[in-house]
Amino acid sequence: MRTGTFSTSGTYTPQRNWYALVGWLSLLVYLAYITSLFDLDFDRFISGLDNGSKFLGRMFPPNFTRYELLMEGLFESLQIGVIATFLGVLISLPMGFLAARNLMPPWVTWCARGVIVLCRSFHPVIVAILFVKAVGFGALAGVMALTVASVGFIAKLFAESIEEISLKQIEAVRATGASFPNVILIGVFPQVMGRFTGFISYQLDSNLRNSTMVGLVGAGGIGGTLFAAFQRFDYDFVSAILISIIAVILAGEGVNNIMRRIYR
Amino acid sequence: MTEPSKYQGSEIQSVTDHSLDIRNLTKEYTRGVPVLQSVSVSIEANGITAIIGPSGTGKSTLIRCINRLIDPTEGDILFRGKNLAKLYGRELRFARRHIGMVFQEYNLVERLSVMENVLSGRLGYVSAWRAWMRKFSAGDIERAFSILEQVGMADFANQRADALSGGQRQRVSIARALMQSPALLLADEPTSSLDPRTSVEILELMTNQAKNLEIPVMINIHDVSLAQRFADRVLGMANGKIVFDGSPSELNEEHLKTIYGGQGWMS
Repeated sequence: MRTGTFSTSGTYTPQRNWYALVGWLSLLVYLAYITSLFDLDFDRFISGLDNGSKFLGRMFPPNFTRYELLMEGLFESLQIGVIATFLGVLISLPMGFLAARNLMPPWVTWCARGVIVLCRSFHPVIVAILFVKAVGFGALAGVMALTVASVGFIAKLFAESIEEISLKQIEAVRATGASFPNVILIGVFPQVMGRFTGFISYQLDSNLRNSTMVGLVGAGGIGGTLFAAFQRFDYDFVSAILISIIAVILAGEGVNNIMRRIYR
Repeated sequence: MTEPSKYQGSEIQSVTDHSLDIRNLTKEYTRGVPVLQSVSVSIEANGITAIIGPSGTGKSTLIRCINRLIDPTEGDILFRGKNLAKLYGRELRFARRHIGMVFQEYNLVERLSVMENVLSGRLGYVSAWRAWMRKFSAGDIERAFSILEQVGMADFANQRADALSGGQRQRVSIARALMQSPALLLADEPTSSLDPRTSVEILELMTNQAKNLEIPVMINIHDVSLAQRFADRVLGMANGKIVFDGSPSELNEEHLKTIYGGQGWMS
């Protein structure tokens, strides 16, 4: 009787994904293996801590006496970041539209996506090295490197958010006899503007941070000054530079928040 | 190798004639699987034509082929001296300017204001620069206000479309279509997302406006009783073909059986 009711109601066996389990286990084994390859022993960590504390000790108090040098580098970094973001957005807007698969024929999107992937393939510092070789030391190389990095990142995000828009709204605008530019302006833009400003402010933030770094390879900005200070063991000046960079990033965060509030 | 349409030339109607002539219209999304099977129908220069039929039978496809949101595979659509089925580019856009369309889900640009949505009915006439700067002519703006008045949405002109209820959105979408000064009004399930009372109000608004403008209206509609109440003519579709064509009073249970199949659903 009882078994009879059981057989009609069927049995429930939870689905186990054995492939995933094997995958996770292999990952664990691999992690254990590569950790054993490196000499990650505790003693070294302890002696390192001692070294680190000495280093930190020499960083205090921060030395702002060479503030002119500091401000010059910092402003250059800031300019690199802002100009690169502007140029990056200028190029990314058309690139994003060209890469959107719901608006463009496949051959156009493939070309655009190819360019975007190329822009994103290398870290900004590697691109900066290329541009330093091409156009020489200075801020121009930094601007160009970060522009390329911006295109690689936000053009892709632009394209993705265009691909997620509601086609119903587009359909209605097309049905009025609107030209393609008008469909973009009235049907597409209002749907993506909010997210676009989000991406742009995120990229500005990222470019401000990266602009302090391209200087390490001679592409202008505070990075060069920072690198030189490190090499001359001027750790108190190093800490002054680091504190200033933090201040700039915080200010950038504030600007971002204001931008987001305006474009909600 | 497309043969020139045999209907071009002297036979075509004049620009002031708002009648619509659909001939042998076929649409295949997948080769060999026609959704519309050689549909031929003439729509008089005014009057409300309701198209009823089960889901997936090609009603939406038929409506969308007329303003070419969907490209037909074969056939001709003659309207105001043009064969809509054969137009492309600029000529197609110019033809669309005279065809208003109302959608099931309103299809307003959600983040734009009611006013901007209504004015978008003029997008076929303004340059990209003017569209970008929202520089519509004073005449257009004045007309937009008077149309909003007519559809009862004048108080909402500056609200964003996503703040409106379904019925209000459909009113705005009708206003957008009217803003085109249409010579033909298409409606694809305009009441399917609305409650019964709002449905009646929307259909009343649409049909009254069309009668004032003396233009033909084609409405896809699921609700047979609403179709009978508002239409001058009912087309019944099944399996991509028109299986009933007559006045609302002629439509009886036998016809409904042919259109929708079976009878178990009738009570």
